[in-house]
Amino acid sequence: MTEFVFRGPVIKLPDNIDTDQIYPGRFLDQSDPSVVGSHCLEGVSPEVKNRVRKGAVIVAGSNFGSGSSREHAPITLINSGISLVIADSFARIFYRNSLNLGFPLLVCKGLSGHVSDEDIIEVNIETAEIKNLSTGETYQGESVGDFALDMLRAGGLKQVYRRRIAGEAGGSQK
Amino acid sequence: MHALEKILCRASGKDKVVTGEIVTVKVDLAEINDIYLQTLISFEEMGGVEVFDKDRITFVFDHYAPAPTVSAARNHKLMREFAARHGISHVFDVDKGVCHQVLPEAGLVYPGMVLIATDSHTTTHGAFGAFGTGVGATDLAYTMISGETWMRVPEIIEIRIDGKPRDGVLPKDVILHVVGKMKANGAVYKAIDFTGSYVHSLDVAGRMVLCNMAVEMGAKTAYIQPDECVIDYVRSRGAEDFTVFETDPGYEYSEVHTFDVTGMGPQVAVPASVDNVRPLSSLKERIHVDQCFVGSCTGGRATDIREVAAVLKGKHLAHGTRMIVIPASVNVMKECLADGSIQTLIEAGAVLSPPGCGPCLGVHEGLLASGETCVTTSNRNFPSRMGAHDAKLYLASPRVVAEAAVSGYIGGEND
Repeated sequence: MTEFVFRGPVIKLPDNIDTDQIYPGRFLDQSDPSVVGSHCLEGVSPEVKNRVRKGAVIVAGSNFGSGSSREHAPITLINSGISLVIADSFARIFYRNSLNLGFPLLVCKGLSGHVSDEDIIEVNIETAEIKNLSTGETYQGESVGDFALDMLRAGGLKQVYRRRIAGEAGGSQK
Repeated sequence: MHALEKILCRASGKDKVVTGEIVTVKVDLAEINDIYLQTLISFEEMGGVEVFDKDRITFVFDHYAPAPTVSAARNHKLMREFAARHGISHVFDVDKGVCHQVLPEAGLVYPGMVLIATDSHTTTHGAFGAFGTGVGATDLAYTMISGETWMRVPEIIEIRIDGKPRDGVLPKDVILHVVGKMKANGAVYKAIDFTGSYVHSLDVAGRMVLCNMAVEMGAKTAYIQPDECVIDYVRSRGAEDFTVFETDPGYEYSEVHTFDVTGMGPQVAVPASVDNVRPLSSLKERIHVDQCFVGSCTGGRATDIREVAAVLKGKHLAHGTRMIVIPASVNVMKECLADGSIQTLIEAGAVLSPPGCGPCLGVHEGLLASGETCVTTSNRNFPSRMGAHDAKLYLASPRVVAEAAVSGYIGGEND
């Protein structure tokens, strides 16, 4: 079951963070989730990589996740403990991959201009409300939409499919 | 409706689709490459037992061909075992080449089809009038089981390219110019229809270059209305049963962008983003080049290798500059062996690696050390893409790459 309210420290990133920066190609032969999680944002810089920790929230500019189709990108974010990504916009395959894995993404244009690194923010995925607890300011992101919310509620595409073949009405298995 | 929408109608069994609508489509071909053992893991996690159609799933071992690490070797082994267990018909092992070259050569790509693959450059197949798009492992696993996938019907934008550039200016130069203007997020979630006299003057290989790089603007898919040269190509590869859809007269694109490339010179994308494009002539300083790479799904076709051979004929690489040449497929390799162009490259000092993706995605066969510079016919120049984080990548046409190999630098030439 995917959580819908998150609270955590901000890691700010610029526009066009591509999948090579999220998860460099030289680690693509790895499939163990904890190994994949250990290289999160290694292609951005050692400093940023060292700030990745459980509960952190990435606030990025436009076109986050551009580049390759590697599912390692959302897998590394999930397994490194990043709780969600908020950006001005997302690249298409990355968006799909994240949704399919039950990893939440939120569009809130211009948010990175209003938060600082390590500010504590609280985010509600269902309402798309964002509170900067460090400054007291609030922001409204764009609605995730019913299709995506249903996928997130289920916990991702695998759970949707398992549920479909099990013929169940509700209750995820994981 | 647009031809792409008609393809989605056919694949979803609907009479009409509307932009923004989410439709479930039947997939004609689903390709998995060797980065994506995760697809098979996801298949099992979903409780997959049988694949929906062993003839509509294909495995291509290209990103790690041949295996450079024990982990990659294990991934290949597990994929081969899975393919054997399920009787997958089309398995292209490490001897065949890059998926986006191998699949059309094998007659598996044709107009009007829906093709998904675990590779972002699946937009390439728009050159054949196919609806091709990249997906991740879990998406593909779902398709392996069900034969379907979900798709949002994209906005369709027209990129019209007319005119004739200067001699020696190649499709790669033209698409770099377009990406530079449109920017890396210029077509996110949209489909690009390439039209215009320049586009239809190109051969199949040139059209593949344009559609291949569409994803560098964020596009979901690309399209070029198939004409005689494409129909001849797919028929010659054995594809028979297909429909060429046509866009209705008066169709209104969500955006129209026009380019006139008359007299245009060579272009380069300078570090470290694909849309950081400028005319080669504007690079005023000479930049030493450590490595040149000719290859990938963008720039490793026979036409590309011949361009490079034409520049290198009777010459030698500059001292301190190396060149790696990787044909996109074994058929390309055979063609270029037969016409002597590979011999020319080797005599000039280039090193030849087996067909596949090579160093393009930074896993093997020519990675860069910290501080090194590479001029490449491939498609991405992000930090960390081809080795060290701070290696510098310049994206260019095969001709520009060849010229850099001979001179040992890029830039500093008068226009």
